[in-house]
Amino acid sequence: MEIRKSISIGQYIPANSFLHMLDPRTKLISVLGFIVMIFFIKDLFGYLLLLVLMILLIFLSTIPFSFFLRGLKPILFLILFTVVIQLFMTKGTLLLALGPLKISLEGVFAATYIFLRLVLLVFASSLLTLSTSPIGLTNALEYLLRPFKVIGIPASEISMMMTIALRFIPTILEETDRLIKAQTARGVNFEKGNLFKRLQQLIPILIPLFVSAFRRADDLAIAMEARCFQVGKKRTHLKELSFTLRDWLFFVLFFVPVLSIVWFY
Amino acid sequence: MSIIINKLSYTYDPGLSFEKKALDDVSITIHEGQIAGIIGHTGSGKSTLIQHMNGLIKVNAKGKVLVDQEDLFDLRKDVHTVCQKVGMVFQYPEMQLFEETVEKDVGFGPKNLGLDEHSVKERVVEALDMVDLDYDKIHQRQPFFLSGGEKRRVAIAGILAMKPKYLILDEPTAGLDPYTREQLLDEILKINKEKGITIIMVSHDMDEVSRLTDVLYVMQKGRIALSGATREVFAQYDKIRDLGLMVPEITEVLLGISRCKPDLDYTLFDLDLAVKEILKNIHYHGN
Repeated sequence: MEIRKSISIGQYIPANSFLHMLDPRTKLISVLGFIVMIFFIKDLFGYLLLLVLMILLIFLSTIPFSFFLRGLKPILFLILFTVVIQLFMTKGTLLLALGPLKISLEGVFAATYIFLRLVLLVFASSLLTLSTSPIGLTNALEYLLRPFKVIGIPASEISMMMTIALRFIPTILEETDRLIKAQTARGVNFEKGNLFKRLQQLIPILIPLFVSAFRRADDLAIAMEARCFQVGKKRTHLKELSFTLRDWLFFVLFFVPVLSIVWFY
Repeated sequence: MSIIINKLSYTYDPGLSFEKKALDDVSITIHEGQIAGIIGHTGSGKSTLIQHMNGLIKVNAKGKVLVDQEDLFDLRKDVHTVCQKVGMVFQYPEMQLFEETVEKDVGFGPKNLGLDEHSVKERVVEALDMVDLDYDKIHQRQPFFLSGGEKRRVAIAGILAMKPKYLILDEPTAGLDPYTREQLLDEILKINKEKGITIIMVSHDMDEVSRLTDVLYVMQKGRIALSGATREVFAQYDKIRDLGLMVPEITEVLLGISRCKPDLDYTLFDLDLAVKEILKNIHYHGN
């Protein structure tokens, strides 16, 4: 049982593709735009267009498709659940009846929409995190949040928190793996038992995990203070983000078709 | 009776661009009663190898791990039998402490085995004694408030309480102060000599390896590069250096002297014996 392998949050696959070289801000805005689009569109043709666009982008990123499928795994149950609910609960022209279960034509459509919607959502966000380094992502977020500083949103602190959180996800997953192994060696069987027993078995994992997380947070705070980190002070960046011709090109190529879809409907 | 590892290979993340071959056709046999050492650079496959020995990593199709002539693949079906055969102390084992008292934490393993309260307590007392901790003084204390050395000992006692026949230690002295380190090494030796528990020890420290172990395996890039009786392995000092490792300090000194006193036996690791050997040689020529 390895936790590390089954969770792909915050994973970044380095490569030299066109998408990797884009400014993180470009990608963040585009993904936000794409997600708005997903909820805007209400018919099959539009979804197919978005799907084609998505596949093109995935192809452009040179990241193996298996990584995108892995992103679906954690919410597989959610997808199946909503699809099944949509399929059977939507009322309309009767298509098929299995005893008390009735499938309507509208149900089939609704289920397909919800399926495509969820899959596209996951793919879009995976594409962003897989092709953008966590640092780039948080820098982009900080930049885009800057205007909101006027109304008291601490942009740089939020981005610092995100950077730290993303940085420690792999570390904590690795530690969880280790603890699972260590407690297995002390006779805990994580693969057996009822729900209550299984929850109980989490205690020997969670307590040491929290203890070391707090200790690590403490160490990190001291290390940051030793390097003169202060909340609220303006910080500079080693690598300033820069918009290039590539980014403008991408904006045009991306938003012209997307906006024309919107206009079309 | 022994742990036999036969033609074991293991690859992390197979098929992906960052796949890593951690073990490549490794075959070793560890006999009962021995203290076996495994040394090698970081990433040479030591940890992967030892995790195979108690079934924490599944043995893949080609290889085989036999513990006392039983296939680990069959033993794995019952987690408890494996735990009682092969105990595993991870690096920085104090990380796994979680109970409110030392007694509860050391007793966690035996309790998982389904033992009654009385025998759990018996085992806790015995295990704490094996690491030189006094049950009466320590059993009600909170593990998180112990000193580093005590925490390490309590964690090791937690494994010893499972009464394993074989005990695997992954860098047991890492991060300890020199005094505590010496004590812990003595305790490990005692566990082997008095309780007859076979010890398999991974280490970076050549001095402690040379002092404790009977046999030594040197790993490099997932393979066993050198193996044999510890004395014989360190006698091949040039090969060890070629692998980018060091020989024990005592061997360095003896090797240096043997350059002008060729009769000197440089395969001694005990300080007293080495001193005698040096004196013998110097006197011999002096007379």
